[in-house]
Amino acid sequence: MNKSIEVQKKQEVALSEGSERVRDQRVYAPRADIFETGEEVVLITDMPGVNEKNVDITLEKNILNINGLVEVTPPEGCHPVYLEYETGDYERSFILSNVIDREKIEANIKDGVLYLKMHKVSPAVTRKIQVKAE
Amino acid sequence: MLYRKFYSSPWQEMERLQSEMNRLFNSHSRSTYENPPSFPAVNIWAHDEGQVVTAELPGVDIKDIELSVAGNTLTLSGKREPEEALNDARVLRRERECGSFNRSIQLPYPVNVEKVDAVMEKGLLRINLPRAEADKPKKISVKTIS
Repeated sequence: MNKSIEVQKKQEVALSEGSERVRDQRVYAPRADIFETGEEVVLITDMPGVNEKNVDITLEKNILNINGLVEVTPPEGCHPVYLEYETGDYERSFILSNVIDREKIEANIKDGVLYLKMHKVSPAVTRKIQVKAE
Repeated sequence: MLYRKFYSSPWQEMERLQSEMNRLFNSHSRSTYENPPSFPAVNIWAHDEGQVVTAELPGVDIKDIELSVAGNTLTLSGKREPEEALNDARVLRRERECGSFNRSIQLPYPVNVEKVDAVMEKGLLRINLPRAEADKPKKISVKTIS
């Protein structure tokens, strides 16, 4: 594969009117890939600067929330000369379909990339209910 | 409005408004952040003894990055591999870019090539580039003739 990478601008998450953030930092929506295989749905997001300690994933009803907090530490004793990217926290939500087993979600993070493996519900779980006529 | 007290005439008020608008537009067009000409976007930091270049390269193996320095030019090249395990999976969404990159960056100071070191942590690349000995400022002592 020899395609060269294009520069992707970070997308800032818009705030709803009248609300403010607690942390004095910008918040970006991390870029994501979603794949589906026979048994699982895999979600991959780019979150440079985030490790297993400062990532927070919650599942409420069918909304999967990914939050990554980034501690911005400019190199010690340095002054900026030329800047091209800004650092900030990450935040993004996804709506999960009923296909996904809520109990079986695995998360791994490596080199600033978050991998979420979401197993699908086995077909045996959905049971047909017999309707009797009286 | 607090300003009211200090701007008595409407003309002064108009002038203030104009300068306020200029300030607003200028700060927008002259952002501190430049547009990166190619991947990856870099931040360059400097101190008297050298400079530090940082870049966000999530999912890039340090082994896949090649660095070379000549004078005060740093060349950064490498590749980001696509997820192989998911080659035959159905793609529902694809936003993350994969491929190769190659970028040359002009640094503030010439580099002491022997002492360059690079670390990759949490998808962040940090390259330490100490300033070349010959380029460092030298103190010249001033003597008084009595």
